[in-house]
Amino acid sequence: MRRHELVIIGGGSAGIAAALGAYENGIKDILVIEREFEYGGILQQCIHNGFGLHTFNEELSGPSYAEKYYDLIKDNECIQFMYNSAVTSITDKTVTVQSPDGLIEVETKAIILATGCRERPAGAIGLKGDRPVGVYTAGTAQKYLNRRGLLVGKKVFILGSGDIGLIMARRMTLEGAKVIGVAELQPYSNGLARNIKQCLEDFDIPLYLSHTVKAVHGKNRLESITLIEADDKLRMIEGTEQEIECDCLLLSIGLIPENTLIEELGVRIDPKTKGAVVDETYMTSVEGIFACGNALHVHDLVDYVSAEARKAGKGAADYILGKRTEGDILSNSLGNGVSYMVPQYFHKGNDIEFCFRVNRVFKDCFIQVSGKGIDKKVKKLGIVPSEMQKVMIKKEELQNLEGELCWEVQE
Amino acid sequence: MKDVTIIGAGITGALIAHELSKYELDVLVLEKDSDAANGATGANSAMVHSGHDPKPGTLKCRYNLEGNRMFPDLCKELQVAYDPVGAFVVATSIEEEEKLEVLKNQCIERNVPYEILSGDKAREEEPNLSDDVSMALSLPTTGIITPWEVTFAALEEAYINSTEVRFDYEVKNIERKDDCFLINNEIETKVIINCAGAHCDDITNMLRVSPYKVETKKGEYYILDHTGQQLVRHVIYPVPTSKGKGVLAVPTVHHNVLIGPNSDFIEDKDDSSTGEGLDYVKREINKTIKNIPFNKMIHTFAGLRPHIDLNDFYIKEDDEIRNFIHVAGIESPGLSASPAIAKDVVENIVIPKFDTHKKDKYDRRRPFIKMNEMSLEERRKLIEENPDFGKLVCRCEKISLGEIKDVINRPLGAKTIKGVKMRCRPGMGRCQGGFCEPEVVRILQKELDQDYKDIRMNNKGSEVFVGKAREEL
Repeated sequence: MRRHELVIIGGGSAGIAAALGAYENGIKDILVIEREFEYGGILQQCIHNGFGLHTFNEELSGPSYAEKYYDLIKDNECIQFMYNSAVTSITDKTVTVQSPDGLIEVETKAIILATGCRERPAGAIGLKGDRPVGVYTAGTAQKYLNRRGLLVGKKVFILGSGDIGLIMARRMTLEGAKVIGVAELQPYSNGLARNIKQCLEDFDIPLYLSHTVKAVHGKNRLESITLIEADDKLRMIEGTEQEIECDCLLLSIGLIPENTLIEELGVRIDPKTKGAVVDETYMTSVEGIFACGNALHVHDLVDYVSAEARKAGKGAADYILGKRTEGDILSNSLGNGVSYMVPQYFHKGNDIEFCFRVNRVFKDCFIQVSGKGIDKKVKKLGIVPSEMQKVMIKKEELQNLEGELCWEVQE
Repeated sequence: MKDVTIIGAGITGALIAHELSKYELDVLVLEKDSDAANGATGANSAMVHSGHDPKPGTLKCRYNLEGNRMFPDLCKELQVAYDPVGAFVVATSIEEEEKLEVLKNQCIERNVPYEILSGDKAREEEPNLSDDVSMALSLPTTGIITPWEVTFAALEEAYINSTEVRFDYEVKNIERKDDCFLINNEIETKVIINCAGAHCDDITNMLRVSPYKVETKKGEYYILDHTGQQLVRHVIYPVPTSKGKGVLAVPTVHHNVLIGPNSDFIEDKDDSSTGEGLDYVKREINKTIKNIPFNKMIHTFAGLRPHIDLNDFYIKEDDEIRNFIHVAGIESPGLSASPAIAKDVVENIVIPKFDTHKKDKYDRRRPFIKMNEMSLEERRKLIEENPDFGKLVCRCEKISLGEIKDVINRPLGAKTIKGVKMRCRPGMGRCQGGFCEPEVVRILQKELDQDYKDIRMNNKGSEVFVGKAREEL
């Protein structure tokens, strides 16, 4: 049995930052358990730039961002990494790790889940038609291309305008494939505005809003897809089908936080974020178990992941050192336009940064935060579901709050 | 000259080969696809029916009953999974309760163990049964299996006992010679057993006008992930209708739940999954089961059932062509019936044709390595002996590098991504291979010394990669 003060599961952007955050707040014995042979997680396959503007004030590639962040802790003897090692189960505060060195049990005082997210596969949307080769999630195609130099198609259509799909539209084009178009079921794009511009418009790749793929065809290899229009209730409009020849369909239809390990522990999951329900210290409903990064809710930018994870590291450190803020637990009430809020619960006494997404496009609007002793309006030019919103509420503003903190978006 | 050639490596072909491999005979299995279990065997309800349902007097009824009795021992012999979970046929109205009565009487006539339960009693055991369920017929001899695992195991054991197996071998013509058949102008064989599933009629038509026509029936299924509490522990049937057994919920050996199938006739022999069918499945299952976590749906698939227009199995030596044996129309309950079909075909049709006897020595296969089913101590020991078993490749199903290498390197091992997936499950989980497939590709390349161009999902034509980056496309 090994013992460590704090165990962090996952050595990607969240895990590294959580380790740093915990160390900065007084924890001197941290174990980061990483499944791969290297740190960095999904960043290692994101060779495009655009990472780090908020954290390092420069535009870095994914691997460079990971390296630069890792440099902050690499010589730190208080933080150990265990590679090629997968946590297979958690029992109370003991994690079981499977690695080539054996089955190792690690006892700890607190655990931070930093396991990232996975892509929603084709099976989850019941894609109709055949089951040929050539239908891939965008991230898997990205791994093949950026880490192995292998192309999964040369005539590509993309379903879903998530950021990985957009990035892959550009990548596949640059590597010699023809990207025919991107279909998005919603009447608005699900990717960042800059990616629409830099990855589609700059390469004359059409974006079909309010469109989806009805069926895929092909016996062994994908031969074509049926593209169809959707109405404002997202239902397919019969009679608008068109066949598009392609040998590859990439899916960018959503990311799902990876929580299987803590679900088995009985941690409460928010049905909206599909991550754990947490308080402002990122502690879940099970004491001593924390969650952050894309395992908690899917972020737009790695910079936000790092910032959140660093705070989760502090949360875990405070817990281990007995410095947690206790007191009444308050919750949010989500009104017009707000689809989720993290943290879901909070204590008074800390400044809290709330993160959320809206459920439709808003123009010229304001975010209304209200409750006993608080009436705050945050003006916005426009808010779209694909861009995460952050609102900082100072502890002074929460001083007199009782009951719920109400959130809504008003136009 | 081969003694016996089996066309088709689905479960019936494989079990027949397995039975024949116990005798001193020269046996060949021909399969047009790149792997075994790639047709109807790979996509069905994955269960062994008790035999309560088929029409009296049919071959389906007879073989189902006998197959059900044989399966537990067969799985023990092959060292594959068999779980006697039992089944409930549930009624939600007075009319349906009357139909349960009919099924109950069939159970009595057929010696199938049963019990009648009230709706509340059934819900005690299966809390997610719909509140409308008013009565259930419990069938404790119903079991679940992994059909392709049984097939791989049977074929592997046949192979290590001197059966020849050729994949990617399509039978294009058969000629009748004096005392034998000539397949594709190159293979001579005394006996042919036609186990070609959806293509049985095509094979027969090479020799004579086929007495039956295969009309492929399509069955569509949802697969739910195995996290959290399992939705059902028993197989749940609605009462059957003229369309068939209806939409079932079936727990799998790996704790997933299958929901399906619907059943429509389709014209060509293509397996594809249509959205309309899936909508139907969703609607139907809600009648018998509540709280279905459709957000845990990780995969949908459409299986083919080779229905023939004679509405029963067609298992016999051809009326006109001696030594040509039909094993056709093996649709539901074909899987349940398969061991009994194999035994009957081998013992009563094939063996009497030869002057032969059982082999003195018979080698048993080495079971698949399943770390998930091992104790902590067994896993620890395995990793100590070989660190590959410590390296997890598939995070969802917790499959190690060692397990994947084993299924590639064992007799008749996996050669494709699907082959690996079917044998040891990387890609079967909630990410559907999103994370592990690139790793599986790397392992296949290394173990089989394959170029990236030769990496296939499944059959020829399903090569995964179209080129390298910045290559002239």
